[in-house]
Amino acid sequence: MVQLTLPKNSTLTKGKRWAAPEGSDPSRLKVFRVYRYDPENGANPRWDEYEVDTSKFGPMVLDALIYIKNTVDPTLTFRRSCREGICGSCAMNIGGRNTLACTHGWAEFGGTGKALAISPLPHMPVVKDLVPDLSLFYAQYDSIEPWLKTNTPEPDKEWLQSPVQREKLDGLYECILCACCSTSCPSYWWNQEKYLGPAALLQSYRWLADSRDEATGERLDAVEDPFKLYRCHTIMNCAQVCPKGLNPAKAIAETKKMLAARAG
Amino acid sequence: MLGSILHRASGVALYAGAAVVTVWLTCLAAGPACYAGFLAIMSSPLGLLVWAGLSAAAFYHLAAGVRHLVWDLGHGLTPRSASALATWSIVFAVVATAAFWAWLFISGRVAL
Repeated sequence: MVQLTLPKNSTLTKGKRWAAPEGSDPSRLKVFRVYRYDPENGANPRWDEYEVDTSKFGPMVLDALIYIKNTVDPTLTFRRSCREGICGSCAMNIGGRNTLACTHGWAEFGGTGKALAISPLPHMPVVKDLVPDLSLFYAQYDSIEPWLKTNTPEPDKEWLQSPVQREKLDGLYECILCACCSTSCPSYWWNQEKYLGPAALLQSYRWLADSRDEATGERLDAVEDPFKLYRCHTIMNCAQVCPKGLNPAKAIAETKKMLAARAG
Repeated sequence: MLGSILHRASGVALYAGAAVVTVWLTCLAAGPACYAGFLAIMSSPLGLLVWAGLSAAAFYHLAAGVRHLVWDLGHGLTPRSASALATWSIVFAVVATAAFWAWLFISGRVAL
């Protein structure tokens, strides 16, 4: 349900400031304001400020976070894996926008001298620091049954698909399930326990649009629900933030069109 | 996102506006004294401001509704065109409200 204020134990407090070492070149310093939360000490989350020398690490926000963890504060916790925008692990809210830390340079959010705020993906339970709990998000992906479903006997070789049919999956198959879109969606914030959210719905449409899939009717039945699908109000935040440049809003609109066409 | 939340806000405003119109009609039925009282309040500068706000809400809500019709046909769904549609809805609401009130004043239907 709609919750407009943070519960008491989630209110952010002022944290620690980690100053750059004496003698650092002031023109190269940048402050990273990072959301910190430790479930084990029972304290409220806080903003820690790390003042670091930008000449010591690479150009990406993730480079800065890894540098901070390695040299300043080893307790800083975040997910990362591929460092090239294909695994979706380092999705977080950077400078007020959900995106991947590995594909965005820290200089894009104001250069040195300007502080950059980094917090976990919004409106999800926080496991620790920048790590959100994505259990529900993954369960929703699971619920759309993301695999090929067929009734006809399996062909001797592969299921054939023409280039034109294959093109329908462009802009859908590239989704890496980083959750940037779903956690940027106000509808998902308010109703995430009932609304599937842009990522799961884009994945759902990926199978609806697949010429080889034979469970279209069943899939449409599964999403034809006032909450699961129709909580999408075309707010468009999903398409605005997708770090892969995909358009979940369009996929959802196409799903609605298929339902309207089926209803006749 | 602004376009969407304004759509909702204007809808809520129009709900309140419907109540104002209901009071207007009720006063119309209740007799000359009540009607004169309603007119005195709602044609005062503050009352006119309320009407101006309600007309702006109505024009914006109309434009945003048309925006949704366009989307339901599967058009204008790229981030760029969606933002453009939002901007045009706001521009339409401002221009239509200004034109509507200019007409009201020029034709002498309302006066300060």
